[in-house]
Amino acid sequence: MRRYEENRMYRYLRRHKKFPNVWCPGCGIGIVMGALIRAIDRLGWEKDDIAMVSGIGCSGRMPVYMDFNTMHTTHGRALAFATGLKMVKPKMHVIAIMGDGDALAIGGNHFIHAARRNIGITAIVINNSIYGMTGGQYSPTTPTGSLATTAPYGNIDQPFPICELAIAAGATFVARGTVYHAVELDRLIEKALVHEGFSVVEAVSYCHTTFGRINKLGTAVDMLRWQKENSVTREAAAKMTPEQLQGKIVRGIFHERELPEYTAAYAKIIEQAMAAQRKA
Amino acid sequence: MAARLMQGNEACVEGALAAGCRFFAGYPITPSSEIAELLSRRLPQVGGSFIQMEDEIASIAAVIGASVGGVKAMTATSGPGFSLMQENIGYAAMAEIPCVIVNVQRTGPSTGLPTKPAQGDVMQARWGTHGDHPIIVLSPSSVMETFLLTVRAFNLSEKYRSPVILLMDEVVGHMRERVELPPPESLEITNRVAAHVPPEWYFPFEDPSTDVPPLAPFGEGYRYHITGLFHDRAGFPTERVDEIDAWIARAFGRIEQHRQDIISWEEDFPAGSRVLVVAYGATARSARHAVKLARAKRYRVGFLKLETIWPFPEEITERLARQCRRVIVPEMNLGQLALEVERVVGRQKVRRVNLANGEMITPQQILAAIEEK
Ligand SMILES: Cc1ncc(C[n+]2csc(CCOP(=O)(O)OP(=O)(O)O)c2C)c(N)n1
Ligand code: SF4
Repeated sequence: MRRYEENRMYRYLRRHKKFPNVWCPGCGIGIVMGALIRAIDRLGWEKDDIAMVSGIGCSGRMPVYMDFNTMHTTHGRALAFATGLKMVKPKMHVIAIMGDGDALAIGGNHFIHAARRNIGITAIVINNSIYGMTGGQYSPTTPTGSLATTAPYGNIDQPFPICELAIAAGATFVARGTVYHAVELDRLIEKALVHEGFSVVEAVSYCHTTFGRINKLGTAVDMLRWQKENSVTREAAAKMTPEQLQGKIVRGIFHERELPEYTAAYAKIIEQAMAAQRKA
Repeated sequence: MAARLMQGNEACVEGALAAGCRFFAGYPITPSSEIAELLSRRLPQVGGSFIQMEDEIASIAAVIGASVGGVKAMTATSGPGFSLMQENIGYAAMAEIPCVIVNVQRTGPSTGLPTKPAQGDVMQARWGTHGDHPIIVLSPSSVMETFLLTVRAFNLSEKYRSPVILLMDEVVGHMRERVELPPPESLEITNRVAAHVPPEWYFPFEDPSTDVPPLAPFGEGYRYHITGLFHDRAGFPTERVDEIDAWIARAFGRIEQHRQDIISWEEDFPAGSRVLVVAYGATARSARHAVKLARAKRYRVGFLKLETIWPFPEEITERLARQCRRVIVPEMNLGQLALEVERVVGRQKVRRVNLANGEMITPQQILAAIEEK
């Protein structure tokens, strides 16, 4: 027990209340949670100042375990709830946790519009290429040709490139990491958290229970090993040919720029309107 | 305050601001858009914020998010947008987050008649989101009443930690009337109760001293969990039947036990009235006039104008209807609140007057029903 008390991780968990968790043993979502906690711990942020908002799905279950101000909303809507909260509490650190279906199918509209506004929310999209919670139906990131419980003949949809989508929509910080490269992931998340504006981290995970089983990709460990062998840093990717990059996951920061953050811009409107009102 | 000519939607805005609303999120839709337009100008003047979201699902979500941040928040829409909001209205009911949803009703299903009035969303306002849930719905019939009921919507919402729906209609929303708003200091304003225990003792969904536990805003030291799943007193998901039953009992109980406070109406019921006209919203205007015409013809007619429509005002309806042989319920729909009146007073007594084609029900149509033998 003493060792547990000393572990910094446990300071951020509702461990007396909420464990064990709902995730399958070996699921990558817990690794993302660990990376997030390490990032927050390094930043030394007060737990009271952090709000974590999620949608519905296995990924959406994360906030319940975390000792912050946590809100588990409706499927796809995390960013919309988070937007209202951020507007009235601009000083809070608002983090949205979403699955790939949550963020990009049912919540796709909110995702691009939150990016377009450049509102100061950090969106973490846990991409396991599938609808995990509902049992393995294809999602907007399921690779073409893969099997899913609703694609028994193989998926004919094109997957969304999450990072490109976020950049095109106006996000001002966009990065991708994998759960195999967990320490790198927490560095990416840390940078996203301190970024002023809408920041997106695509955390590539896996779902051995559904996607892995139906596509015969082996155990959680096999899927982690696959990530290790099939992902490259942005720097390494720059030296590779398109053929060599085929099927590879590229990790790193893809986009970073400064633009006025939405609530800061709105604060100016309030200032102007109130000043004009005082004069009148 | 000086008297002035004011539109219903504008009165809604004045009511919201007077009640302390400091956040609005919405998506443009006729016949409610004036509310958003006016608030986009007015809110920042009082330090509040306005945001136009990407759709109505996002609008109600942002409103709930803002309310969790401790700010009184509202959205306004019409039929199609109200349909989109339903899932998250259920979330607000489940998580007990105060918020006000204005629905300026238009005619018909789907896009219907965007610029014409109706009262077709009465049942949707009660049952639109899935699952059994408590809700409060108010419906104004004039510009002044829109102001007063908007204030009341916020007060009830904060007091009972419940979403409150203000069911307006195109006529009430767009009509202009001369009104003299009461001075702000004369209004009774309810603010949500602050958490009064230290964080380690705080339960967002249980307080032994009250059936409406205080809701601590996010970011002020009370770290807790909110979810749309059934939850225990701390807000954590549960499947335990005893905890679910406790939530149901308290969530419904807090509305049921305070019916007296929540339900408001206006009655004009001379002793000896033999016919009762029950109306609400814009239709109440025609009904009032019909009652006047009927009395001039020496009919003994009583009038009941409902302001709260959900929970349905059973007690007053029953008390007045008992003394009458006929109850007339005019509505701009094919018979929605009439179902409740029938449930309470019996089907034989009730005579419906319905119109759902975008036209107002005229006093003459109601008079004809009064005169019927
Ligand atoms: C409006 C609505 N539609 C459908 C569902 C059912 N549902 C729950 S989770 C989920 C998908 C989860 O997939 P993803 O978002 O990728 O998250 P994961 O479980 O893989 O982490 C769906 C479709 C729901 N809860 N709400
Ligand atoms: S179903 Fe998949 S995503 Fe969900 S907990 Fe299990 S392994 Fe993780």
